[in-house]
Amino acid sequence: MAYDESVDLEQFRAETREWLEKNCPPSMRTPMKDDEVVWGGKRETFKNPDSKIWLERMAEKGWTAPQWPKKYGGGGLNPAQARVLQQEMSRIKARQPLFSFGLWMFGPALLEFGNEEQKMRFIPDIVHGRTRWCQGYSEPGAGSDLADLQTRCEDKGDHYLINGQKVWTSYADKADWIFCLVRTDTSVKHEGISFILFDMESPGVEARPIKLISGESPFCETFFNDVKVPKDQLVGEVNGGWQIAKRLLQFERSSISAGGFGGTGGSGILGPEEYAKQHIGTDSDGCLLDGDLRARITDHKMYAKAFSLTVQRQAEQAKAGQAVSHTASILKYGAAKMNQDRHELLIEALGTEGLGWEGEGFDPAAKKVTRQWLRSKGNSIEGGTSEINLNVISKRVLGLKDHK
Amino acid sequence: MTFLLTEDQEMLRETAMTFAREELPITHLRTLRNKGANGVDPETRQKLAELGFFGVIIPDEPGGEHFGLVGLGQILEAQGRTLAATPVMQTALIAASALQLGGSPAQQAEWLPKIAGGETTFALAMDESAHFNPLGVATEAERNGQGYTLNGMKRYVPDAHHADMLIVVARTFGEAGDRHGLSLFLVPADAKGVSIQALNTVDSHGAAHVTLEDVMVPEGALIGAADQGADVLEPVLDRAAIGQAAEMLGSAQAAFEMTLEYLQSRKQFGQLIGSFQGLQHRAAKMFTELEMTRSCVAAALSAVDEGKDNVAELASIAKARASDLVHLVSNECVQMHGGIGMTDEADPGLYMKRARVQEAMYGSASWHRDRYARLNGY
Repeated sequence: MAYDESVDLEQFRAETREWLEKNCPPSMRTPMKDDEVVWGGKRETFKNPDSKIWLERMAEKGWTAPQWPKKYGGGGLNPAQARVLQQEMSRIKARQPLFSFGLWMFGPALLEFGNEEQKMRFIPDIVHGRTRWCQGYSEPGAGSDLADLQTRCEDKGDHYLINGQKVWTSYADKADWIFCLVRTDTSVKHEGISFILFDMESPGVEARPIKLISGESPFCETFFNDVKVPKDQLVGEVNGGWQIAKRLLQFERSSISAGGFGGTGGSGILGPEEYAKQHIGTDSDGCLLDGDLRARITDHKMYAKAFSLTVQRQAEQAKAGQAVSHTASILKYGAAKMNQDRHELLIEALGTEGLGWEGEGFDPAAKKVTRQWLRSKGNSIEGGTSEINLNVISKRVLGLKDHK
Repeated sequence: MTFLLTEDQEMLRETAMTFAREELPITHLRTLRNKGANGVDPETRQKLAELGFFGVIIPDEPGGEHFGLVGLGQILEAQGRTLAATPVMQTALIAASALQLGGSPAQQAEWLPKIAGGETTFALAMDESAHFNPLGVATEAERNGQGYTLNGMKRYVPDAHHADMLIVVARTFGEAGDRHGLSLFLVPADAKGVSIQALNTVDSHGAAHVTLEDVMVPEGALIGAADQGADVLEPVLDRAAIGQAAEMLGSAQAAFEMTLEYLQSRKQFGQLIGSFQGLQHRAAKMFTELEMTRSCVAAALSAVDEGKDNVAELASIAKARASDLVHLVSNECVQMHGGIGMTDEADPGLYMKRARVQEAMYGSASWHRDRYARLNGY
């Protein structure tokens, strides 16, 4: 990536600070509200009008994707500058202007594997939040064994024809386009998979939301019935999709672990120790009366701190050019455990206050905890189950062999 | 805070790792044990002095380039790998820290060069019961005309069976449980009234019960202000906990590597046992814990050198997590070795025995979880 190394970092910091002061609307410096998260795309409604202004200004500078090349609309910043931007945004508590699978997962993969024409066509719309992408990976018969996917993609001369079904497609009902794994050769497994892109408005595409135990529907079943796809929308080589798929999963796992499954809904929710103090009480020293719960809360808080220190350590080592091997799997595993433990502790500390579902009579934050607790159960399943991540660690990191 | 070593610290780490591997392999501990040395090893002490390992946190001393606690942590981690018994923790870390944090200019001028040169070794005589409890000290220090008279009994004091000097925690005011009223004293191990009962310990490092009976020390033996000893003792114990965590990290890492090697060589049912998923996932979880604990230890070491205000919190995180880690890994090391792991001939047992001592020193995991919760207001 080309950048001007002579640009003085401190000067960059001063300019960035000044620009943010001038351009970040005051309401975008308040904690994110659940219903004000901007995912972009054609159907984005921008509940808070400031969020539209904020996104447009940031996207204009390429700062929604600070390190992507300028020629595709990115910020063209080097890692040090990107860190400064991050620090300056944190300093004024600026919200992330855009949440996007395009930014976190698909864009990085397309920059690596796409051809020039594809990059020019798709990347700028990701940077500006004009296209919302969804991920067509899992199928009813291909979960942990993802490479067993069966969605067919046939070469019809001047186009491809796609038939099959995906499941757990996050926000497929809200997305504009899909990046999708399809089978282009049925005689082999991994070597018969291709990576293809298409418009969710194409005839033959249908997305049906799935209602989860949390009562919410972030995922869909997605059906493809004779969907015609132009040939220039296949990324990389025909039958070469598995490499791209795996790389993209690394981006997915890193983005999950960097965010620690924190998601967007932390607002108003206290730590488990605070709820325990409220609902269980403390002794004259201020120590929680339930010593067993107190120790488990502490164990969790220490785990969380160890997790964030590990994210920092690996970022520093990567920056210094030291090899960091397959840490994404370690962090994905840790992030899932951490978030699930946290929510179990929250529910335990809240007691019956954490067992409300809807309506009056419960603290609204506690009701949010209840839903998030149920949602967190998916953390060890989505993006590679914890068991698959442990397989990856034992085989790729520790070098343990497969069973003969 | 940084997780990266400076070039000098990197070289120190390399030297310490090589020294542990070549001069202090685990067979060295076995040899010492078999001849009943009880962790007493003057030759090693001499070599450590020549390498300058006693002076790494003492600036401006010969051989005392300032490597900081981060540097000393590398040495302790290297020693932990081979379970080496050395005076580094008690002397180079605890005594040097106590004198730097609380010592008078005269005390520093007298003792720091002797520590750095490896001429004098120390032992911190604090606990009086079977559990770590700094405020529980009841040993009396009574003012007399020229100084103080000490009376009391200290239990399981590491290195006290071969140290030249003791740092005795005693009470000049109040009663057991009070923070106010503690004082620290420099006491020669051969002073009149000091009796040392050497202990044979499970880890073969040895330790000693120390009895103080009308031990007279001069005014100048007091480190820091009378009654205010906790102000010196607490940061010293935080550093000791962090150093102990670094040592445990080394032990856990080595026990893990030994286990991994066994998984990759032992066959049953015609398969390498490391190909069984039941063992693979346990190995992967241990690795995850190791990596996460490594981050905590590195952060805690560097927080001390940078004078951060969250050292106590990071010390508790590092010690609690390293204790749980070494407990888990040492148990799994024995279990995954199967029957051979139960034999005296194999090393897993040595790691498990040492682990329990490491876990108990400077606050167990439970002690540190309790303290962390108090620091965070619950």
